[in-house]
Amino acid sequence: MIAAHLPALQVVVPLLAAPICLLLGRGRWAWAFATAVSWLTLAIAVALLSQIGNGDLPGYAFGDWPAPWGIEYRVDRLSAFVLLIVSGIAAAILPYAWRSVAREIPPEQQAIFFTALLLCLAGLLGITITGDAFNLFVLLEISSLASYTLIAMGRDRRALTAAYQYLIMGTIGATFILIGVGLLYMLTGTLNMADLAIRIAPLQESRTLHTAFAFLVVGIGLKLALFPLHLWLPNAYAYAPSVVTAFLAATATKVALYALIRFLYTIFGVAFAFDAMLTHWILLPLSLAAILSASLVAIFQDDVKRMLAYSSVAQIGYMTLGLALVSVTGLTAALLHLFNHALMKGALFLALGAVAYRLGPVRLTGMAGLGRQMPWTLAAFVVGGLSLIGVPLTVGFVSKWYLILAAIEAGWWPVAALILIASLLAVLYIWRVVEVAYFRPRPAGAEAVTEVPLALLAPTWALVLANLYFGLDTRLTVGLAETAAAGLFAGVAR
Amino acid sequence: MIAPQIASQIPLALSLAIPLAGAVGIIAARRTPNLREAVTLITAGLLLLAVWSLLPAVLAGERPALTLVELLPGVAIALRVEPLGMLFAAVATLLWPINSLYSIGYMRGNREAHQTRFYVCFAIALGAAIGIAFAANLLTLFIFYEILTLSTYPLVTHKGSEAAVRAGRVYLGILIATSIGLLLPAIVWTWHLAGHLDFVPGGLIAGHLDGPLLAVLLGLYVFGIGKAALMPMHRWLPAAMVAPTPVSALLHAVAVVKAGVFTVVKVLVYVFGLESLQSVPSAQWLLYAAGFTIIAASLIALHQDNLKRRLAYSTVSQLSYVVLAAAILAPISAIGAALHIAAHAFGKITLFFAAGAIYTAAHKTEISQLDGIGRRMPWTMGAFAIGALSMIGLPPAAGFLSKWYMLLGALETEQLVAVAVIVASTLLNAAYFVPIVYAAFFRSERAAAGEAPSHGEAPRPMVIALTATAALTLLLFLFPEVPLTLARQLVES
Repeated sequence: MIAAHLPALQVVVPLLAAPICLLLGRGRWAWAFATAVSWLTLAIAVALLSQIGNGDLPGYAFGDWPAPWGIEYRVDRLSAFVLLIVSGIAAAILPYAWRSVAREIPPEQQAIFFTALLLCLAGLLGITITGDAFNLFVLLEISSLASYTLIAMGRDRRALTAAYQYLIMGTIGATFILIGVGLLYMLTGTLNMADLAIRIAPLQESRTLHTAFAFLVVGIGLKLALFPLHLWLPNAYAYAPSVVTAFLAATATKVALYALIRFLYTIFGVAFAFDAMLTHWILLPLSLAAILSASLVAIFQDDVKRMLAYSSVAQIGYMTLGLALVSVTGLTAALLHLFNHALMKGALFLALGAVAYRLGPVRLTGMAGLGRQMPWTLAAFVVGGLSLIGVPLTVGFVSKWYLILAAIEAGWWPVAALILIASLLAVLYIWRVVEVAYFRPRPAGAEAVTEVPLALLAPTWALVLANLYFGLDTRLTVGLAETAAAGLFAGVAR
Repeated sequence: MIAPQIASQIPLALSLAIPLAGAVGIIAARRTPNLREAVTLITAGLLLLAVWSLLPAVLAGERPALTLVELLPGVAIALRVEPLGMLFAAVATLLWPINSLYSIGYMRGNREAHQTRFYVCFAIALGAAIGIAFAANLLTLFIFYEILTLSTYPLVTHKGSEAAVRAGRVYLGILIATSIGLLLPAIVWTWHLAGHLDFVPGGLIAGHLDGPLLAVLLGLYVFGIGKAALMPMHRWLPAAMVAPTPVSALLHAVAVVKAGVFTVVKVLVYVFGLESLQSVPSAQWLLYAAGFTIIAASLIALHQDNLKRRLAYSTVSQLSYVVLAAAILAPISAIGAALHIAAHAFGKITLFFAAGAIYTAAHKTEISQLDGIGRRMPWTMGAFAIGALSMIGLPPAAGFLSKWYMLLGALETEQLVAVAVIVASTLLNAAYFVPIVYAAFFRSERAAAGEAPSHGEAPRPMVIALTATAALTLLLFLFPEVPLTLARQLVES
C-alpha cells in the first residue's frame, strides 16, 4: 500500500515537514525533527532503489490524474541513483548540523534554517523524481529560493552579497529554463517528459525547438555552475554556513547535472542534442576550460573553503566532460563522478566545517599546526583530499578510471592528458593544506585548539568511510551508472 | 586438489594481513617503547615466516593465488605469486627484521621524535611492497604502488624541518606525477587494448599493438614507474635521503626502488613479452635510456661528498642495471636482472647501514671526514668494503653474479653498447667506492680543533645488523641456487 506511494512520499515528506519544523521553534527540536525526516527520506530512497531492482517503476500519477494531463513522477535507474546520493548526503549532514548550527546560526534563526534546509532537500529530490518539465521548474525554484536563504545566513556579512549574487544569477537561469519549457509547451502542447520526447521527435527542424534547447542548456548551465557561468559559486560556498556549503556542494550542482542529462538524453534525445545541435562541441571546450582554469585558481586561494569551491567548479567540468564524450563509458563516468564527487566534497567540507567550528573563518595560515591538535579532523581532510586527487581505493580513482577510459576509447589523447594534468593540480592545492597543517607550528600566540566533539566527527567520518567503501566495492555505483547510461543511450530509460 | 590450494592461500593472505595487524599493534603499544619495538620485531619475524613458507611451493612450480575483492567489473584486487615476485618479497622480508633491529639502535641512538609514526609507516610500507610483489594484475600493482608512495611520505619528511618538507615535495611530486600522469593512462590504455589486466606469461598485450605505438606505451610505463628512477625521473631518490637512515636503507635501497625496477621487469616480461618487444626496433630506446642513466648517475655520484647522496646516486645507477638487463631482451640477461634485484639489495642496505652507523657513532655525514675511521669502527667499515665490492661487481660478493649474467646476455645478443656501459660503469663504481674504503683504513685520522675523536663502534644492534647484511652479500655469492632457480622460472614461464 505504502510502497506504491513511495515516489510521492519521497518529496512530500520533507516538503510537509518543513513548515512543521518552523512550528517547533528554537534549536534542538527543529534539528531532531529535521534529522529524523532526512533519515526517512533516505529510507524511502533505498526502498525505491530496491524496488527498481526488478526494472523501472511505472509512472506515479499524482492525484490519479493520468499522465499527459496530471503530474507524473517516474523512478528509473538514473533518478534512483541521484535520489540515493542526495538523500544520503542529507542524512549524513543533518546529524552534523546540531553542533555546527548551534555555533554558527543565532538561536532565533535556527528553526528557519532547518525549515529552509528541508525545503531545499524537498526541491532537489523533486527535481530528480519528477517526470514533468514544468514541475521540474517549480521544484527548482523551491530549492533555489531555499538555498539563497541558507547562504544568506552565513556569519560573514559578505554572505549577504554572495546570496544576492547567486539570487540574480540563479533567477536568470531559472527564467531561461522557464522560457525553454514554455517554448516546448507552445510547440507540443504537453509538459510530460515522456510525452515531450515523443512529440518533439518529428520537429527536429523547428526553430522554436532550437531556441528552447538553447534556453534550457544555458539556464541549467547557470544552475550547474558550468564554466563560465560559475561566477556565483565561489562566493556562495565560501560565505555560507559550513553545513550549507557541504550540503549544496554535494547535492545542488549534482541535481542540476541530473536535469541537464534528463533534458539532453530523455527529452531531446541523443540524435538531436548531439548529432544535430552538436552540444558536445560546446561542452567539451567549456569543460576543459573549467577543469584547468578552476584548478589553477584553486591553487592560489588563501581561504580554504573558497579553494574547495573552485575545485568544485573543476570537478563539475569532469562531469560535463563525461557528457561531452558522447559514449556510454563517458556518460557512465559522468554519473559515477556525480555520485563520487558528492561523497568527496561532502567529506572535505564537513572536515573544514569542523575546523571552522574551532577557528572561525578557515584561512590557510590559520590551519598551521592543526594536524597535531585536531588529528581526526585533519585525517578526514587528507583522505577526502586523496579521493579528490584520485588515489586508488578511493571513489575518486573509480571515476577517474572511467573518465580516462572514455577519453581513450574516443581516441581523444589530449583530453586524457588534460584530465591527468588537472589531477596533478589537485595534488598541489590539497598538499598545500596538508603541509601547512602538519609541518608548520601553531602561530605564536594562537590559542590551543582541541579536537571537535564526536557529533561533528562521526558524520564527517561516515562520509570519509563512504569514500573508501565505494572505492573498494563498486558493484552498486558502477552497476547503476553503467545500466543507467546504457539505458539513456538506448532511449529506453523512460 | 582443493586442500593444498587453500593451504597456500593462508600464508598469502597472512603476508598482507601481518604488516597491517603489526601497524595496529604498534599504535596500541605506543606508550611503552620496549613493547612497541617488540611488536615491530615480532611482526617482521612473522612476515618473514609467512612469505618464506610460500617459497618451496613456488620453487616446485606452484603459483598460489588469492582474489580479494572485485574492484571494477572484470578487474579484481588479486594476488598471484610468480617467481620474480617471490624473489622480491623474499629479499624484502628477509631484510626487514634486520632493518628493524638496526632502526631500534638508530632511532634511540639519535633520539629521534615520533617513533611510533615511524614504525607504523614502516610496517604499512612493507605490506605495500609485498602487495606489489604478489600482485596478480596491473590494477592491484598500481594500488599498492600508490600506497607505498603515500606511506613513505611521512618517513621522508620525518624530521619536519624546512628541508625535509621541501624534499618531501620533490618526493611526492615526482612519484605521484609520474604514476598518475603516465602509469595510470598506460594501464587504462592496456585495459582498452586487451580487455583485461592480468599478468600473462608471454605478454598481456602481445598481438594487440605493434610498431611505434608500442614504443610509446613502453615509454609511458617505464617513465611512469618513477620508483625505478630512470633519468630524468630520478630526482626524488636523492631528495629522499633526508629521511632517517633506516628508511634510506630498507625503503630507498630495497623496498621502494626495487618495487620500481621489479615493476619494470614485470611489465616487460608479463605485459609486453620479451619476444614481442624483440620484434619492435623502436623499443630499443629503453636500452640507451638505461645506459645513459647508469653512466650519468655514476658520474654525479663521483662528485658527491655527502655519503648518503653518493649512495643515492649509486642506487640510481644500479637500478638502471636492472632496467638495462631487462631491456637487452635476452632470457639470460633477464636472469641477471632478477638476480641483481637481490644482489643490489643486500649490498646497498649494508652500505646505508654503515653510513647510518657512522652518523650515529661519529656524527659524520661527509666522505671527506672519514679518514682513518676504519680503525675506530672496523666492523662497520669492513661491512662497507664488502658492500662496495658487491656494487663494483667483484667476487666474492653477490654483485659479481648478476653482472656476469648481464654481460653474458649482452654478448649473446651482440649489444655492444650494453657491454661498453657495463664495463665503463664498473670502472666508475670502483672510482667512487674504493677511495672511501682506502681513506677509512689507510689514511690517518685528522683531528679537527676542539673535537675529541673518542667514539668507538656504533650501538650493538646496528653493528649486528650491518654484519648480517654483509654476510648475506657473501652468502648469496656462494649459494645462489634459490634466486637462480626463481630467475630461471621467470624466463621459462
